[in-house]
Amino acid sequence: MVSSAIHQVEALTFTTDVQLMVPLINEARSAVGLTQADIGFTCSGSSDFLAGQGFSFVQTLDAVGAYPPISESHVEMDGAFALYEAWVKLQIGEIDTALVYSYGKSSPGSRRDVLAVQLDPYTVAPLWPDAHAIAALQARLLLESGAVSAEGLAEIAVRSQRHAVGNPNALRASAEATVAGLLGEPFVADPLRASDIAAESDGGCVVVLAAGDRARSLCERPAWIRGIDHRIDAHALGVRDLTRAPSAALAAAKAGAGDDRLDLAELHGPTTSQEHILAMEMGLGADTVVNPSGGALAADTLMAAGLVRIAEAARRISSGGADRALAHATSGPCLQQNLVCILEGE
Amino acid sequence: MSETPTPDGVQASDVAEGPPIDLPPSISGVEPVRSVRTPIRLEYDFIPSSAAQQYLRAYASKRILGNRSPVDGAVFVPPRGVDPRNGVVADEMVDLADTGHVGSFCITHLPIPGRKDLPVPYVSAWIHLDGADIGFLGLVAGCEAADVRIGMRVRAVWKPDAELGATAENVLHWEPTGDPDVPVDEAGNRAWAVKQAAKRGGDGA
Repeated sequence: MVSSAIHQVEALTFTTDVQLMVPLINEARSAVGLTQADIGFTCSGSSDFLAGQGFSFVQTLDAVGAYPPISESHVEMDGAFALYEAWVKLQIGEIDTALVYSYGKSSPGSRRDVLAVQLDPYTVAPLWPDAHAIAALQARLLLESGAVSAEGLAEIAVRSQRHAVGNPNALRASAEATVAGLLGEPFVADPLRASDIAAESDGGCVVVLAAGDRARSLCERPAWIRGIDHRIDAHALGVRDLTRAPSAALAAAKAGAGDDRLDLAELHGPTTSQEHILAMEMGLGADTVVNPSGGALAADTLMAAGLVRIAEAARRISSGGADRALAHATSGPCLQQNLVCILEGE
Repeated sequence: MSETPTPDGVQASDVAEGPPIDLPPSISGVEPVRSVRTPIRLEYDFIPSSAAQQYLRAYASKRILGNRSPVDGAVFVPPRGVDPRNGVVADEMVDLADTGHVGSFCITHLPIPGRKDLPVPYVSAWIHLDGADIGFLGLVAGCEAADVRIGMRVRAVWKPDAELGATAENVLHWEPTGDPDVPVDEAGNRAWAVKQAAKRGGDGA
């Protein structure tokens, strides 16, 4: 990865997806002196359920400059999965540059209800269980299993808020957050408090990928993707142990997470309980800084939060602040799908 | 006729029926579920882009706005605030005429359900407004469908003033002006290429 651009705010009320992405895409491309004509493959991620409109990603292509016709694809998933598709193309060797972007504006609708439509459409979705309630069931099971305490979850929230200080794309940041203070918050969905649940944001993320010497010519210190893997657990909530995420463990192992020490990990955990499960499944040690950006708890842009994790990890490598990092994206209910990307400096 | 066996020797009829299912006593005798309806309704607060808002407000007073590209001056209608070919902001608004020519068209002989006001056959067309460089979708009426042709000059037939609003429905249809046609080779999307060639010639290139 040779460049990235991120923009996250509470609500993009008067900004359309296209208006959001024009400056972001241009920022990421021009940071490495590229125009669209130099890009071998373009891949994006977004959701029609957020736009409330079919084929909404086609309009957003207006922001790319897709003329003369470009090689292009889209996933109805987080941009991290679009990055995976672009990475595969780079590995095949037919291209040496790729543009990946994703965006989400959940503010025009009700995010917790939109997320209900990803559930089993026959027996669960018709009940319209909102996303917070589903995550709370998982958190309750986790607490009762003894894997973590309420204080342990609050410590995750405190760390996120402190790390997010200074991150211009974080919505929830505080240098003064304390465990006692957060435990005094009322429940949003027992046992989850506001600080346990990701701050909802609108926004987008763009990254430019390049292969081999092309990357070295574009960027002083590229963040190299050394491993990337994504795995899926069962969709139905009732057939799996919600206190675990075997797909996250498997993706991390296949991506090579344990092959060397990790300086940092950017985890896409939409709740403190989910972040705890992820760190546990990936076997992250005390020498790995978790979510130096604040993570998804500080700002969770649907369809972009996973790509933002990869961009945040890559920036820390390119700046020389880290040598080896893990970045993670999730999708589906209760950590059903997990992607892990291992990034290294040279 | 013998049934086609499945790979493991099971007859297709067995598969269709499925194996017998032993229901727990609590639900035995209950009417089986044969279908389930799961309606989805999600509500959104849709706010049009600034370009769309300006366009719709102007359209309510019979003005048609387009955006001019800062790259090469191409004019897009309706305006979307961007030049999609170059991925750049295009926020300069241009007033366009309510006259133009038919760039391409389609004659439809099937009615649209719920549109009793639209007799078949009807003609939908890309109207290339004077001053614009892409087509603008509309209906052509006021002549026989068989007389519609590429390059035919047309003008807007607006709704009565009292019925105008900030919607896309203000032009009832486009009718022939009777003026001489635009040559086919210079009509529709070909107009842009012609214009660019003339510009290159004018620059002495």
